[in-house]
Amino acid sequence: MMKIVVCVKQVPDTETRIRVAPEGNAILEQDVSWIVSPYDEFAIEEALRIKEAKGGEVVLVSLGPDRVQSALRTGLAMGADSAVHVKDPAFGSADTLVTARGLAAAIRTLAPFDLVLTGQQGVGGDNSQVPGLLAELLDLPQVTVAVKLEIEDGRAVVEREIEGAHETWETSLPAVISAQKGLNEPRYASLKGIMAAKKKPIAVRDAAGLGLDAAALAPKTKVRALELPPSRPPAKMIEGDPETQARELIRLLHEEAKVI
Amino acid sequence: MAAIVTFAEQREGKLRRPSLETVSEARRLADRLGATVVTVVVGPGAAALAAELASFGADRVHAFEDASTYATETCAGALAAVIAQTTPTAVLVPFTAMGKDLAPRVAARVGAGLVSDCMALTLEDGRLVARRPVYAGKAYATVAWEGEPQMATLRPNVFALGTPDGSRKADVVAGAVEGAPRARVTATHAAEAGNVELTEAQVIVSGGRGLKGPEHFHLVSALGEALGAAVGASRAVVDAGWVEHQMQVGQTGKTVSPTLYIACGISGAIQHLAGMSSSKYIVAINKDPDAPIFKVANYGIVGDVFEVLPRLTEAAKAYFASKG
Repeated sequence: MMKIVVCVKQVPDTETRIRVAPEGNAILEQDVSWIVSPYDEFAIEEALRIKEAKGGEVVLVSLGPDRVQSALRTGLAMGADSAVHVKDPAFGSADTLVTARGLAAAIRTLAPFDLVLTGQQGVGGDNSQVPGLLAELLDLPQVTVAVKLEIEDGRAVVEREIEGAHETWETSLPAVISAQKGLNEPRYASLKGIMAAKKKPIAVRDAAGLGLDAAALAPKTKVRALELPPSRPPAKMIEGDPETQARELIRLLHEEAKVI
Repeated sequence: MAAIVTFAEQREGKLRRPSLETVSEARRLADRLGATVVTVVVGPGAAALAAELASFGADRVHAFEDASTYATETCAGALAAVIAQTTPTAVLVPFTAMGKDLAPRVAARVGAGLVSDCMALTLEDGRLVARRPVYAGKAYATVAWEGEPQMATLRPNVFALGTPDGSRKADVVAGAVEGAPRARVTATHAAEAGNVELTEAQVIVSGGRGLKGPEHFHLVSALGEALGAAVGASRAVVDAGWVEHQMQVGQTGKTVSPTLYIACGISGAIQHLAGMSSSKYIVAINKDPDAPIFKVANYGIVGDVFEVLPRLTEAAKAYFASKG
């Protein structure tokens, strides 16, 4: 039997065209369609597969405003058993460390557990920080960017990706493991799953209830401004037959761009 | 004296380029702040790497020789110990697989703000200000820190490598790691030889659905080989199973900043553009003159990849042959 906690982040759909809000340091949320961060889907799927193989339960944890409940419902519809929603206006200015403190405090209330799974990054913020922050705050070992995970005899054997190689890691449990694309193929929620999810419990916790004081909630980094990338000059189009185009491109890359 | 601490990554006794870029950036900032650069390096042979680190600007090198391979907890302990000793104003770590794994753990331990994947660091009244991509480059954030140390991870390939100066020397301090890590590496399997890591490549050639099938992807690989480039792919062809997911460039794959990016038969879905539009020069080859990829390209070829790619490969080979 395994009790597995999965952290879920709700993010703008990757198709979203980003617009900057009038305050100038956040995105305009109007018209954004929200999804479960794709890497977190791999984490949920892996948790469900472990539960199916070994028995146990899967608990989702998400931090954010009311809208994140729809992300939790998506995970519950995939097959998770229950969820915790960490919600407090104090998290409005949360940076990665404050977010991790909120998640860690919620995860501690779920002890004892065997495994904490997360995505290897939340798309959007693209920080790749929460897994490592959580592991340290919870005093657990970590293995990040997992593309293969096997649980045996109270240990996990994990394959992770590094530049130009794969590494095999072994860790004691409980541990924090972050999921990379390639770990599995996430399932779609069935109609039955969607119906069942409506009755599954979502516990709401606020900062005070989790024992987080003002110091724990004070962000250490602040986004001052958000801008769209500078637009690029129009492309120089290379005309002619394929032979001419090919030779002209090589010439331009050498003589004009000086990149080869 | 104020200090900037960096973490240097070695594999089998060789320093990796992103670590040298990080030391170079630390040196530039330290010169303006009147600070020293203190570099931590872990693993057998660490002390022997001090000379190279010094040539790029390290004033002091803490070498932890008694740890065999990378383990998060061991390296976090080493870096946190040096941070505790030196109370640095900033801690800079490369945004590599190792740095991504290590830096958050250390940030939580020392209670520091950590800004990931920085593409530029500037100083305002002696404090760091970072510029970093969010939404895989669909937007850029300007971020500042509260308190110290100001921790940042630096994107590979973006910060200029300093000119090494062999006359520079660093003090070498031997350190010892504490305790056994609970998670550790038991084996390493090198990927197929020849494929350069995308996030660190200077030149990338990527293929998309325009190739029509996995049996034609060799046209992209051949051009990559002729240019000494890493080979990437769009999400569409990764999801179709033509190539391994490690090759995916874009919002749910790798975000890359090479000097030259050549997109072959890639229309330029918003997720793909997000992952590669910070490349210095972009070449687009596509049949459809209205493909969005041309909007971010410096050079465009409207044409059939089946006709253009083999000729481009030949032209590249001929160019390099003439250069000797």
